Amino acid sequence: MTTIRVEETPHLTAILRLADTALVLSHRLSEWCGHAPMLEEDLALANIALDLLGQARLLYQHAAELEGKGRTEDDYAYLRDAPQFRNYLIAELPRGDFAFTIVRQTLFSAYFHPFWRRAANSTDRTLAAVAAKAEKELAYHLRHAGAWLVRLGDGTEESHRRTREALDALWPYTGEFFEVDAVSRAMIEAGVLPDPEALRPNFEETVDRLLREAGLPRPPAVWMQSGGLRGVHTEHLGHMLAVMQHLQRAYPGARW
Amino acid sequence: MAEQPMPLWEVFVRARTGLAHRHVGSVHAPDAEMALQAARDTYTRRGEAISIWVVPSSAITASDPADKDSLFEPTASKIYRHPSFYEIPEEVGHM
Repeated sequence: MTTIRVEETPHLTAILRLADTALVLSHRLSEWCGHAPMLEEDLALANIALDLLGQARLLYQHAAELEGKGRTEDDYAYLRDAPQFRNYLIAELPRGDFAFTIVRQTLFSAYFHPFWRRAANSTDRTLAAVAAKAEKELAYHLRHAGAWLVRLGDGTEESHRRTREALDALWPYTGEFFEVDAVSRAMIEAGVLPDPEALRPNFEETVDRLLREAGLPRPPAVWMQSGGLRGVHTEHLGHMLAVMQHLQRAYPGARW
Repeated sequence: MAEQPMPLWEVFVRARTGLAHRHVGSVHAPDAEMALQAARDTYTRRGEAISIWVVPSSAITASDPADKDSLFEPTASKIYRHPSFYEIPEEVGHM
């Protein structure tokens, strides 16, 4: 079983964190394909998944350039194990029920929409180009997920309860958005990444507005989960990768 | 859980090249805003559109197919309503 060893520099790690997050969340959304509550939403979730997959591909291609070892986007996606993935933990949690998926997508987009808007000014020209595309996509994801959040929170007793449970379960995973370690500090100083602290007011404002409209209480300050960015994952990522990587692992080099 | 049926919406899309909105199909959605989003995700996946309308299907009053003969037959014998009896002056050329 082939597993690649990526020699990570701060720049490469920063790009892999974004690429892995987009890929893993895309996969989680794709798990709804054929299972969404209705056909229209099946298409909507698949559309969002494809947007994220497109972002992941561009970011992996950029990673391959940075690493300079002739790798392809597929190598990063299929030939690394869980500890080598650098995604935010929130992306890898199982898809849960529809409320969980909507709450996750809302929280994720509330952070990543302003993130990409700022990253469009990155000193990394390739990242800036990805950001310009991703910003428009995330604006729609936020609009779609946010609209559902309001309707579920302000819907039936059951939809309210499920949405609230999902919010409580997911909130501890939002701290990672604002985590800054040596890698991201170096990239912020180099103007490659935006400083998450500068994105916080925007994130809070979006979340507060949507929760108010949805009639959901803002979760209290709690202990925040951490680890994804340095490869310490929940038990769920390994299982997800087993499914996602199965074909390449069973038939190395398989092509369409 | 007793689920209420989602209202149906008719979708009209103005194509990039077209002047008028054309009926393209329908979607289920709880309200107008979500109907617009469902229409976007269902009918504009290949860059077709520059504008979308959604209309509650219940707001459409349709003619009864059984009335076809009385509504539409009488025009069949009025061929003079077609602009095919004019002689076009030579100077006009192709029309």
